[in-house]
This record gives sequence, C-alpha cells and structure tokens, in this order.
Amino acid sequence: MAILVDENTRVMTQGFTGTQGTFHASQGIAYGSKYVGGVTPGKGGTMHPELNLPVFDTVAECRGKTGADASVIYVPAPFAADAILEAIDAEVPLIVCITEGIPVLDMVRVKRALAGSKSRLIGPNCPGVITPDACKIGIMPGHIHRRGSVGIVSRSGTLTYEAVAQTSAAGLGQSTCVGIGGDPVKGMDFIEVLEMFVADPETKSIVMIGEIGGQSEIEAAEFLRRESRGKPVVGFIAGATAPPGRRMGHAGAVISGGKDTAAAKMDAMRSAGIHVADSPAALGSTMVKALKS
Amino acid sequence: MNIHEYQAKELLRRYGVAVLDGHVARTPDEAEAAAKRLPGPVVVVKAQIHAGGRGAGRFKDDPNGKGGVRVAKSPTEAKAAAAAMLGHVLVTKQTGPAGKQVNQVYVEAGCDIARELYLSLLVDRATSRVTIIASSEGGMEIEEVAAQHPERILRAAIDPASGLSGFHCRRLGFGLGLSGGQLRSFERFVTAMYRAFLELDCAIVEVNPLVVTGAGEVVALDAKVSFDDNALFRHKDLEALRDESEMDPKELDAVRHDLNYVALDGEIGCMVNGAGLAMATMDIIKLYGSSPANFLDVGGTADAARVTEAFRIITSDPNVKAILVNIFGGIAKCDMIATGIVEATKTLHLKVPLVVRLEGTNVELGKRILEDSGLAIIPADNLADAAQKVVAAVGGAVASGAAKGA
Repeated sequence: MAILVDENTRVMTQGFTGTQGTFHASQGIAYGSKYVGGVTPGKGGTMHPELNLPVFDTVAECRGKTGADASVIYVPAPFAADAILEAIDAEVPLIVCITEGIPVLDMVRVKRALAGSKSRLIGPNCPGVITPDACKIGIMPGHIHRRGSVGIVSRSGTLTYEAVAQTSAAGLGQSTCVGIGGDPVKGMDFIEVLEMFVADPETKSIVMIGEIGGQSEIEAAEFLRRESRGKPVVGFIAGATAPPGRRMGHAGAVISGGKDTAAAKMDAMRSAGIHVADSPAALGSTMVKALKS
Repeated sequence: MNIHEYQAKELLRRYGVAVLDGHVARTPDEAEAAAKRLPGPVVVVKAQIHAGGRGAGRFKDDPNGKGGVRVAKSPTEAKAAAAAMLGHVLVTKQTGPAGKQVNQVYVEAGCDIARELYLSLLVDRATSRVTIIASSEGGMEIEEVAAQHPERILRAAIDPASGLSGFHCRRLGFGLGLSGGQLRSFERFVTAMYRAFLELDCAIVEVNPLVVTGAGEVVALDAKVSFDDNALFRHKDLEALRDESEMDPKELDAVRHDLNYVALDGEIGCMVNGAGLAMATMDIIKLYGSSPANFLDVGGTADAARVTEAFRIITSDPNVKAILVNIFGGIAKCDMIATGIVEATKTLHLKVPLVVRLEGTNVELGKRILEDSGLAIIPADNLADAAQKVVAAVGGAVASGAAKGA
C-alpha cells in the first residue's frame, strides 16, 4: 500500500533535459521507478539524449501521451511557480517541486490555484517522496531506504535522510517518506500527510520532523492526539538553539515570536502523546522504545 | 533583506503611501540644513538603524540621556540631537546588549498626532495569503498587544485572485473606529501599501505607529520594510539599498558567496548540508555540553571552492576552537565534499581540530579521500559520534542523557 506513490506511479519530469532533471530522473530509473518522459519547452518532439525518453513542449501534451500521473519539477526558482501552475492546469494528480528559493508571493498564487484543483503538491524546497523499492521521486539517496513500516514526514531534507538511516538500521524500514519542504507557503502540510499515514495499513508507526517557525507542528500534534489510531509517533523539532528573528537557511525557519519555538512545539507534541526524541541521533532508538511500550 | 526607515519611506512614497517630508543626514551640519528645508519649526530627529524600539532605546555612552528619536524645536536643536546620535551606539530592546552604531539620522517634519494606530502587511503562513494586521494600539509592540488584548488585533487575509477590495479596508477602518474623511484616507493608505507590498515583493511592511492627524489624514510615522530574499533577483535596483554596515562581516561574506550562514556565539564551527540538519547539528552540540559558533548550510551543490569559502568564513571567527562537518549526501556527493575539505585544510592551514561525519551518496569514496590525505582529520561514524568527538576535542563535558542515542 504505502501512500502517494507506488510501483504503478508514472513519473514525468519538468526541466527534463537540464542537469538536475537528467541526473535525478536517471537515478529514479536506476532505482526501478517508472519514468515516462518529460517537458522542456522548445525541445518537444525529441528524445532525451541520455535517457531515451520522449520530451514534450507542454505538461498537458506529456501527460496525454505518456499517461503520467506524477510530475517532478527541477525548474529554476524564477520559473518554478509557472511550472507548478502548468502542472495544476494539466490536472496532474501529484506534483513534486524540488526547487529551492521560489518567491513567497509566487507560492501564494500557486496555493490559491491548488484550492479546488485535482492536484496535490509536495514542496517546494523539498527532497521529494519515496516508497522504498517501488518509486523514488526526488533527490534523496535511494540506497539508504528499506521497505518497512515507518511513515516519515519532515520539513527538512537531510534530516529526513537521518531518520531513514536510523529506522533502516533499527530494522524497521519505511512505508513512505515525504519531505514537505522548508518554505512558509507550501503544498501538503503535516496534517494532510499524517491523515494518509494513519489510514495506511502498511504504516505501523510514524516519524514526524519539524522545525522552528510557524504553527503547523502544533496543529499536527493536536490532530495526532485525536486521530493517531494507536500508531506510535516519534517527533523531533530542529532549531532548539536557533536565535529568534534569524532565518536559519529555510525561508520558513525563523522564530517570529510566540509558540513557534522548538521548546513550545516539543511541549505540544509531548502533551499529545508523541514520543519526542531529545537528540536528532535518537530518532531510531526512540521509535524502538515506543514500539515496545 | 532589511532597509532603513528613510529608504522605506522614500519607496512607499512612490506608491502613494502618505509619509511626512524628511531628509537623511550623515553629519550634524547636514541635519541642521535638513531641518531648515522643512516647514518647521518642530522637526523630529530619528536614528537610522535596522532595529525597532529606538525611541525607548538609550545610547551606550549616555545611558541616562534621551533615546534615538528626539523632537527638536529649531534647526540648532536638530543639529545638537544629531550630534548626540551620530557615531554613537544605540541599545534598544531589539539590538541586544551590543547595540548598533548610528551612522545616519532622518530629520522629519513634525506632525499633529490625534491618534496612534498600528498597521502591517505580511504573508501569513497559516492562510498562505497576504494578510493585513491592524490595531488601535499604536506605538506598542504588537506581540504584547496580541498577548494581552487579542481582541484589539484585526486581520484581513487577501485572496490573491480577487485582490484587495474596498470592504477589507472598511472592515479594518470601522474596527479601528475611523469614520468619514479618516476612513477614506485610511482606504487610500491601505490600497497604496498593498500595491507596494506586491510589486516590491516584500516579506513584511510594518507601520507603527500609523497616525491619524488632527486634520483627519492617515500618515505613516514609522515604516519598517523587509524584502523577500528569494525575490531579489527581480528587483536588482533594491540591492543598492542594502546597508552592509548593518550586517555581521562574516555573514556579509557568506551572502557574497551564496552560503547560508548565521553567526552565533559558541565555540564549535559547523558546516552541514541542509538547513534542518544544520540546526539539528547545532542542537546536538548543545546537548553534548558545548555550543555552536554558527549555522552554515553549504547546500546541495557544494564543490571544493564552496567548501573552502565555507571553511574560511567559519575560521575567521576567533571563537572557533574546533570544526564539525556533518554531511548526509543526497544531491551533495561525499567525494566532492571530501576533496573540498582536503583542499581547504591545506590552503587555509587549518589549526583547529576537525571532525568529519560523511554519510549518503558516494560515502565510501569520500571516506577514502580523507584517509588517503594523511591529514589529522577525526572521522565520525554517525551524528552522535560526531558530536561527542567534537565536544571532546574542545575539552567540553560529554554528559548528556542524549549521549545514549543512536
């Protein structure tokens, strides 16, 4: 089962013939995922020189001809919002935007276009989504994943890898890993992913990794208090040592007053029954303990 | 990117936002001349630093004197006020105890204030929309108002498809107790601000206080504008407004090399890929009993040159007693990072202990490069091991419950 993507997912790439699009599509193919083609405006009608897959001028054409039901975007930041809007317009069910540095007002327009659309967006500024041994969409190193029972959702890319490596080492493996991205205005947020994990029979437990800034971890903790259906959840919040008012790399990672500190979020998680790992090195061991208790 | 009040007002004026007349001055004589060019006789002299709370702030060398916003009743008084500010360090609630040196003042026309209100525009992440926040409690810190009198905070989230509409302004204006000509003036003000916010790709525009004059005009008495760094590529002209003296020199250096760096006051320099892992690395250093000297996300495209620049910036901080490199390669390849580390260690003649943890893409190649270099690099197997080793290297106590992790 897993969530969002599986062995039947047909993936197209926007920014297909660029360096990033080419490299990560080839990695996805090597991982065994079904990559079916992609879009580079102006190069439609050709074949990708390295991947031997068709290139189209528009998303609608690519989707129509290849039957793609997921699109991954590696388009540079100035043009990325346009690329997402095109994928929404073409009714691509799952859009994954890896691009970092998209202006926030562009994302405000994208978010409005998503409302009532037939699309789900993961990202931007995220590593992507992977269901181990089935489908890899994004930039995560495939080899650290093991098919298993832990659902992972995270605002941070490399910290997701940390959670993956630790749950793999603990022998648990992952059902699906979703990097929702570090931007303040984004597609799917914690709750939407958690709802899917809670409903997924293959997902037996959940790791949720948040950051300073915003309220979505607190809302997610409230959701889990009511709806976790007995699935153990391990949580971690990065940025306990971050000074207020400073943007810590991610556009969304800034303490701007009130309840958006790591301490406030960890408190909210604990009071919702989430097993909070004090250290980012203890994600796996905390999960092992949580599963025993 | 933040700019000064005088720059913000100049920009907003172009969009039709009501601001008072004023001139920037860099010397007391310039301040006197500026005051003479205003209708007078009363002018206000305002210290220009990137921090709020200037009026209530105090100068470091004159802790019992007046603050960074002073009323002057003549050009001579304006000159004296400027002399007391320029070149002196102003400490406010927002500057921290170190304060900030005042290098310019803004000399502004006086104003007949009937009421002080609050207005700001920002992108609210909860609604994913530009949101206008207004309050009847002008001149106070909005966080305090929000905590003590949440009912006095009004909000209007703007649908980007239909944009700002008259009703948004009326709802806020009536909520603030405005009527008649005041309300029309407020609507003009908000409409101009909203347009400026969108066209300039602002992250936040805050006017505190927003005043209603005796004549019923709505005017910005203060203005704080911050731009979305991600959108600066389409506003090349705004780059000229960057005041480099307001930035930490190491951070400025990092911006120039496109590195995400934030200076902190600890002793362990960090180079990490990914913002979340970089923060988590800082957190674990603290857990093991030491403290991070910086946040640094070297990014996914790190090559040898980038790693060298990162090391140079980290080691330019004299507090750094050891460096921790923590890389979980996805896009970033461990072999490229390792090559960069070896080069940087040699070219910079690195003298502090260096702990390196590599994981992910091409990790075996990366580890071999470090081993073969013959350099005194301390390898670490995982995050906990890395934190433990680097804290031990600075002679810190490794005593944390979390040390049992991983």
